[in-house]
Amino acid sequence: MKRSEKLYSVSAIFNSPDDIISAAKKTEAAGYKNWDVHTPYPIHGMDNAMKLKPSKLGYVTLTFGLTGAVVALLFMYWALSINYPMNIGGKPFFALPAFIPVTFEVTVLLATVCTVLGMITFFFWFPNNSHPLHDTQYMKTVAVDKFGITIEASDPQFDEAKVSEFLRSIGSTSLEKIYFPIEEKRKVFEPKFIFFLVAITFVVSGSTYFALNKLMYMDPFNWMMEQDRLNPQHSSEMFKDNFGMRPPVEGTVARGYLPYEFKGKPEPTVPLVNPVFPTEKALALGKKKYDTFCSSCHGWYGDGAARLNNQYPNPPSFHSAKVVNWADGNIYHVIVNGQNVMSSYAALLTPEERWSVVLYIRALQRAKNATVEDIKKIK
Amino acid sequence: MATKNLEYIKKELPKSLQKLGLTLVLIGLAIGIFLFLLDPQRATFSYLLTFMFVMSIGIGALFLVALEYIAGADWSTPIRRIVEFFAGAIPLLLVLVIPLLLNMKELFLWTDTELLRADYIMSGKEAYLNVPFFIIRVAVVLGLWTLFYFLLTRNSRKQDSTKDQSLTTKNIKISAIFIPIFAITVTIAAVDWLMTLEPLWFSTIFGVYFFSGSVVVTLCVVTLAVVLLREHGYLHPKMIDDHYYSLGALIFAFVNFWAYIAFSQYLLIWYANLPEETFWFINRWKGGWVFVSLFLIFTHFVVPYAVLLSQPAKTNAKKLKFISIWLIFAHVVDLYWLIMPQFKTTNHAFYLYLMEFGFPIAAVGFFILLIYYKSQKNNMVPIGDPKLDRGLNFRL
Repeated sequence: MKRSEKLYSVSAIFNSPDDIISAAKKTEAAGYKNWDVHTPYPIHGMDNAMKLKPSKLGYVTLTFGLTGAVVALLFMYWALSINYPMNIGGKPFFALPAFIPVTFEVTVLLATVCTVLGMITFFFWFPNNSHPLHDTQYMKTVAVDKFGITIEASDPQFDEAKVSEFLRSIGSTSLEKIYFPIEEKRKVFEPKFIFFLVAITFVVSGSTYFALNKLMYMDPFNWMMEQDRLNPQHSSEMFKDNFGMRPPVEGTVARGYLPYEFKGKPEPTVPLVNPVFPTEKALALGKKKYDTFCSSCHGWYGDGAARLNNQYPNPPSFHSAKVVNWADGNIYHVIVNGQNVMSSYAALLTPEERWSVVLYIRALQRAKNATVEDIKKIK
Repeated sequence: MATKNLEYIKKELPKSLQKLGLTLVLIGLAIGIFLFLLDPQRATFSYLLTFMFVMSIGIGALFLVALEYIAGADWSTPIRRIVEFFAGAIPLLLVLVIPLLLNMKELFLWTDTELLRADYIMSGKEAYLNVPFFIIRVAVVLGLWTLFYFLLTRNSRKQDSTKDQSLTTKNIKISAIFIPIFAITVTIAAVDWLMTLEPLWFSTIFGVYFFSGSVVVTLCVVTLAVVLLREHGYLHPKMIDDHYYSLGALIFAFVNFWAYIAFSQYLLIWYANLPEETFWFINRWKGGWVFVSLFLIFTHFVVPYAVLLSQPAKTNAKKLKFISIWLIFAHVVDLYWLIMPQFKTTNHAFYLYLMEFGFPIAAVGFFILLIYYKSQKNNMVPIGDPKLDRGLNFRL
C-alpha cells in the first residue's frame, strides 16, 4: 500500500502486559485524548487503566432486543389470532407459552445481528472498510505477541517529537510512524471485470431456467402410484380365491342391528334388559306405534276392550297380575313371535320401536294402577 | 503505590452478631413449635420448607467450591472460604432431618401403604416409595455430601498453615469425583423431598429445577456475606469491586438458567396436555395460588433480570446487596410454591399463615450463627492457596 506524507499516528511497541497497563495509565495521565491500545488478546484491567467509559453499544443491543421481542409477539398475535386463526392442539389462538421460544429466538437474533451491524455502522463508519493502521508492521506485530499504543496526529496535544520522546520514556522498545495511505483509483470497465459480469449473467440465468423449467417438473418418486391395490368389483391376484372384494369377518354385526336369538323359539329364560331409555321421545314413539298396531285388539289402554271386540277371541288385559309381573323381555318376545291368535309383529316394528312399545305398555300399567299418593305427587 | 499494609489480618466478628443469630433462632423456633402444637401438619410442611432452604444453600455452596477447583477459577479464591462456611450447613442436615423423618406421615401420602396399593399407578411405584428405602436414600445422600464436605474443606483448611500446593491438586481430583455424584444425589434429594409430596406426578427436569434455584440462592447469600464482610474489613484488603462482577454475572446467569428450566418444565407439560402431568400446575393455578405463581415469575426472574442487566450494576455493592436479599426471599417463595400446594387439609387453596415463617426466621439466624462460629476457628481468606495472589489481582 502506498503511503502519503500525511502523518496518521506515532505507534509504540511494548513487550509485556504489565508494561502496556502501566504505559496506558501514564498516557492517560499525560492528558492525551485520541489514542488507543492494541493487544493480541483482551487484557483484564485495561478499561480501568485507559479510564474508558462503558461502551454505548449496549444501548443498541437493548433497543433491538426489545424491538425483536415486541415485533415477534405482535406478528405471531396478528398471524395466529387475527389474520388466520388456527386451532393447534386445542390451545387458545393466543397461546403465549408456545410463542415464548420464538420470541426469545427473534430477540436474541435481532439483538446480536444489530449489535454487529451497529458496531460496523456507528463505530467503524460503514462503508469505510479500511483503516490507516491496516497493513503496517505495527499491526502485524501487535496481532501476534507484542502490545502497542497508538497516539493519533489528530490529538490536540500532538507534537511528533514530544510524543516520540514520551513513548520512549514510558518504556517502548520500538516506534513506528504511520502515514495515511494514498487512495488508488480503479478503472471500473476493465475487460476482466466485463468478462466476469457476462459469466455471472450466464450462470445465474442458466441455473434459474433449469430450476424453474426442469427441476420443478421432475418426478421425484411415484412408488405410491405403482403399488399393488384392490379395485372394487374386480378380481385380484392378491388373495388365493382371486376375489377383489372381501367378505366380512365371521360374526360381524351390521351397525344398529340388534340380534334376537329367541325368534321362533321358547321364551328366554334370562331376563332381557330394555336397551331404550324411558325418555319422553321414546314414550311418544311407543304410544304412536301402540296406537297404530296394538290398540285395534288390545284397546287404547291395554284392557282388551277394543274396536275389534267380539269379532276375534278377546285378547287378555295387560293389567292382570300375570302380565304386570312379566319381565320386559316376555312382552318383547310376544311382539316378536306372536302368541295364540296374535301374529308376529317383527316385520312391522323395528327393534327400537318394539322396545318403545314395551315402555309404553309399562306406562299404561302404571297409569291404570295409580294410587292416591300419585295424585298428591302430581299436585 | 502507597506502602499501606495489604496483608490479611484476622479480625473477630462482633459478639452482637452471635446475639442477633441466637435471638432469631430462638424466636423462630418458639413460633415454629407453637405452630406445631396448633397444627402439626402445617408445622411439618413449614419445617420441610426450611429444611430445603438450608439444604439448597449447603449443597449449592459445596457445588461452588467444587466448581472453583475443577474449573481452575482464580477470581473466586479470595472469597472461597465464605462459600465453605455456608457449605458447613451440610453436616448439620443430618441432625435437622430427624424431625422430618419422625413426622413423615404428615408429609407424604405414600407412607400410607393401603392408599398406595389402592391406586393402580401409585402401587407400581411402591418399590421406590417405601419408608425403609426412603430413609436409606436420605442417609446415603446426606452421608455422601457430608463426606465430600469434610474431604474438600479439610484440605483447604490444612493449606492455611502448610501452604502445600499438592493439596489443591488433591482437591481438584476430589471435586472431579464429586461433580457427577452431586448431579445424581441432588436429583434424588429433589425427587424424594419435593416431587414425592405428590406421588402421582412426575417431571424429569425436576432435579435440575431444584439445582438451579439452589445455585441462585447460594450465590446470593455468598454475595450478601462477601459484600457485608468486605465493607467492614473482614476480608483481604486487596480485594476490589471487580471481584463482585463475577458474582453478579453468575447470579444473572443462574437467574436466567432458573427461568429457562422452569419454563421448559412448564412448556412441555402445557403442550402435551396430559392429565397425569397437568394437574400439578393446575393445583398451582387455582384457589389463590395463581397470584403466588405470577409473583414467583415476577420476583425470581423479571426483577432480578432488569436490575442485573447492565454491566455497572454487577459491580455495584448497593444493588448487589438489594438483589441478594430479594432473591433469597424469592427462593423462599419458590420453595413455598413447590411445597405448600400439597398441603391437603386446606383443599389446595392458598392461605398464608404468618406463623409459617417461624422456621425460616430460625434458618436466617442459623446461617448467621454458622458464619460466626466458623469464622472464629478459621481464617476468612484461604491464605495458603497458591491461586490467592492471582485471584486478588483479578481485574475486569
